[in-house]
Amino acid sequence: MIRATLAVCAVLAAGAWWATGGTRLAPGDLDVTEGDAAAGEAVFWAAGCASCHAAPEAEGENRLVLAGGQAFPSPFGTFRAPNISPDPDAGIGDWSLVDMATALRHGVGPRGRHYYPAFPYTAYAHMTDRDIADLWAFLRTLPPSDAPSADHDLSFPFSIRRTLAMWKWMNAGGDFVLDTGGDPQLERGRYLVEGLAHCAECHTPRDMFGGLQEESWMGGAPNPTGDGRIPNITPAALDWSAADIAYYLESGFTPDWDSAGGHMTDVIENMAKLPASDREAIAAYLKALPPVSSDG
Amino acid sequence: MKITQAWLAAAALAVGAGAAQAQDFDNQLKARQGQFRIMALNLGVLGGMARGTVDYDAEMARMAAENIATIASLHQGAMWPEGSDNMELDGTRALPSIWDDNADFLSKWGAMGEAANSLVAVAADGQQGLGPAVGALGDACGACHEAHRQPSE
Repeated sequence: MIRATLAVCAVLAAGAWWATGGTRLAPGDLDVTEGDAAAGEAVFWAAGCASCHAAPEAEGENRLVLAGGQAFPSPFGTFRAPNISPDPDAGIGDWSLVDMATALRHGVGPRGRHYYPAFPYTAYAHMTDRDIADLWAFLRTLPPSDAPSADHDLSFPFSIRRTLAMWKWMNAGGDFVLDTGGDPQLERGRYLVEGLAHCAECHTPRDMFGGLQEESWMGGAPNPTGDGRIPNITPAALDWSAADIAYYLESGFTPDWDSAGGHMTDVIENMAKLPASDREAIAAYLKALPPVSSDG
Repeated sequence: MKITQAWLAAAALAVGAGAAQAQDFDNQLKARQGQFRIMALNLGVLGGMARGTVDYDAEMARMAAENIATIASLHQGAMWPEGSDNMELDGTRALPSIWDDNADFLSKWGAMGEAANSLVAVAADGQQGLGPAVGALGDACGACHEAHRQPSE
């Protein structure tokens, strides 16, 4: 009897071990195998990679050295961005394109380890094969850094990465949120906002497990790194014209000529490097969002 | 700084701390927020021309740019007494870092002044130069807001 119980436990444990392991892509899963580094630069800025992975306080050209080290406090503990420069030991120089795609689509590292969703892979999962390949090609052109990645500082049980399998089961793999009705500009805007630029990570409130609350999509949320709130950017609160939104993303100036502050200045630095048509697509997307009451 | 401290000590002796102190900073808040409003108003002129929503006028552009540069050249000390941060007072988003790292705040203010001077240099030379110069000024605004101003709401 005891032996049978033990056997059942062993099978369950093995099943749990298997079920909580990370999904891996295979080379045949990607339609594109050779990226274009020049095209990848626009993907890089749209995706905001440098905003988290550049060293703390890095400016100008130094933002292209993805040495990591920035700290991101959260209710679960402090996350630290790792080195993703092309250094083969300290960074990700020994990765393949398939490793990169697995990380972006599934939040899983080359050895099957889950990444914490401070790395916004639930948004990056929308990336096209072409953009992943181009981004990977661009990342490989950047300067290597031998700065070692620092560990996260998380409280139990969040310190156990296998718990992330459950989190992903609840929160990852979702479809796009906005129904574009097939409009090409809205689709481009949606790809940028919901995918590359991962705007919802800050502008949408989270549930107690850190999952995004889709019913309040872009309705504003507490500021994760300080006082105040990240604003509601649905038409219920943001009444700027599409042209005003596009200009804000280019220059940081609001319609009454205040200028952006906080983390948004960094986002604008990235958005300013995109083609004007992309900023216009983002603006069109925001104007098309279902209004979310700020009181909710 | 010394004058501020002496003034603070005198104020504390005379009326005690708290609400009276907050009220006493009312003029400083109005003055420093007023100077940002003056800059915003003039930026509106330049930015409108840069975006093409307002017709370019060399003389108007020159005057607007000079107004911004003039504000930037004002000595800031009097407007920023110690204790007038957003932790101590309502009605301001000025972070304590302005005082904790005052050298950084002043260097960012100085960078804004340089960007304003560059704008003065090109403002009357045609509409095409406005966009980049207004953009550079915006970067200078943002650098300080990112470090030293509480995000809105």
